[in-house]
Amino acid sequence: MKKSKQFWPFIVVAVLVYAVVQFLISAEIINQFYSNTLILIAINIILAVSLHLVIGITGQFSIGHAGFLAVGAYISAIVTMKLHLPFVVAIIIGGIVAALAGLIVGIPSLRLKGDYLAIATLGFAEIIRIVFLNIDAVGGAAGMQVSHLTTWTYAFVCLVITLVVIVNFTNSRHGLAAISVRENEIASDAMGINTTYYKVIAFAIGSFFAGVAGALFSHNFYIIQPSQFGFLKSFDILIFVVLGGLGSLSGAVLSAILLTVVSTYLQGYPETRMIIYSLVLILVMLYRPKGLMGTMEITDYFKLWRTPKGGGQHGK
Amino acid sequence: MEWLQQLINGISLGSIYALIALGYTMVYGIIKLINFAHGDVFMVGSFIGFYSITVFGLGFFPALILSMASCALFGVIIERIAYKRLRNATRIAALITAIGVSLLIEYGVIYIRGAQPEAYPNIFSNKSFEFLGAQISIQSVLILSVSVVLMILLQFIVHKTKTGKAMRAVSHDVEAAKLMGINVDNTISATFAIGSALAGAAGVIFGVYYTKIDPLMGVIPGLKAFVAAVLGGIGIIPGAMVGGLVLGVVETIVSALGFSLWRDAAAFIILILILIFRPSGIFGKNTREKV
Repeated sequence: MKKSKQFWPFIVVAVLVYAVVQFLISAEIINQFYSNTLILIAINIILAVSLHLVIGITGQFSIGHAGFLAVGAYISAIVTMKLHLPFVVAIIIGGIVAALAGLIVGIPSLRLKGDYLAIATLGFAEIIRIVFLNIDAVGGAAGMQVSHLTTWTYAFVCLVITLVVIVNFTNSRHGLAAISVRENEIASDAMGINTTYYKVIAFAIGSFFAGVAGALFSHNFYIIQPSQFGFLKSFDILIFVVLGGLGSLSGAVLSAILLTVVSTYLQGYPETRMIIYSLVLILVMLYRPKGLMGTMEITDYFKLWRTPKGGGQHGK
Repeated sequence: MEWLQQLINGISLGSIYALIALGYTMVYGIIKLINFAHGDVFMVGSFIGFYSITVFGLGFFPALILSMASCALFGVIIERIAYKRLRNATRIAALITAIGVSLLIEYGVIYIRGAQPEAYPNIFSNKSFEFLGAQISIQSVLILSVSVVLMILLQFIVHKTKTGKAMRAVSHDVEAAKLMGINVDNTISATFAIGSALAGAAGVIFGVYYTKIDPLMGVIPGLKAFVAAVLGGIGIIPGAMVGGLVLGVVETIVSALGFSLWRDAAAFIILILILIFRPSGIFGKNTREKV
């Protein structure tokens, strides 16, 4: 109930943000560099939010998200470059194939827990990368040329759809079931929840949006290479979710924005960037293991301010 | 006799994996943490060996011992600074910290000395002898014997010394070990020291055998050594040795069959198959989950 009230304000805000940025881009007030950064932020938010669904909501620790990004990137590139279909079709097909890959990976590996699941997803992501490395039709290690099709409009529409779907999923019965799996898998199993089903569903949805992000990613960079989708990419996505707070959607969004801006400015110093990233990971885990926001959402803070006593019903 | 040749190559590679896997398996057995930074300790060991041979002009064995000692110290420092306060944290928090430590070491080394690779000096003669028709280099014999000696030494430490006894007790039950007067913190540090020393030795051996080293070299062998540890049954010391050897031989066979680009995938496919069909590994016992 409370979320349906938030839906229309969210859409209004989204349209406003889109209109302002699009105006700034078409009026050439912000240059190519900044509009590219904005697209990159949108892609990274999609990735962060899709992984948030898997790690933050369902509690399944997957560190192979770059594999699904790679599937989306390559499949969509094949659709536009080899089959010459429109970009919208490529985004959808990229997402669907990534979701199928998520199902194939998820059904066997989601039987595992904790550390083993993490390693299995990492292994699957590496296998996906090696498969693309060995297919000559997509250029092998040299990579594949992709034309630049991603615009701010595509990126933003995909971002809004991702946010709406994932917020609605989280607040639905399915989302509650997924959260119960995160909190205590055995207890939720005992309550009659088909835990495997919800884990696989969340994993497939997360993979779908990673695939969408992959389509935007590949059509933003002119060239894609298997080496772009190694485990460092997976860790990049992981740090968005961890820094924002495991279980906080707005935290994931905020940290994706923050870290994308930081890494854009540190582009010339990749080592410094990685050292900062790793220190952030360690310090956050040592001193604030729940991440910056914990499981709180931004909107919860507003409510806390308004009704100081009623905060208990939202937070944990 | 090409197959014998490949088998020997596989065993040499496998013994390196086994040495790294031992550290993973010991640490996992004692604090249930996948120490992602272990592969980077291996890398650091390799560089220490490299600099002590080229800059200080040491021979192979002094370099090996220096590298093992420094890595042992390095492992204890990592444990004391990063992992100690996470003893009671969630598994995910510990895993993420380990990933962070791993990235910090890799990029710290790149920051200090740059990302360019380094060629290990040739310290052994390239002489080889024939055995049943296979060419066996002196180098691989020496490497294999060093690994075997280190593994026997490890077995001796774990089974015959007081520290080893304490390690086995802590891995069995931390609380009970504490009640018996075992200093758990020191025992965990000792585990890290021994595991990291083995990784350092593996680093030097790797450098001598494959000649090329670079700051990101630890990532893939580290992950594969973890696969080897899981394959043998994580937490079980003989399991890590067997797992490492099996993995090395399988990889060499895959390369020999002409699928060298798929070599890295082979390890991960083995990992996934073992996790699905026998998650406790070759030597592991099935444990029932209790509510």
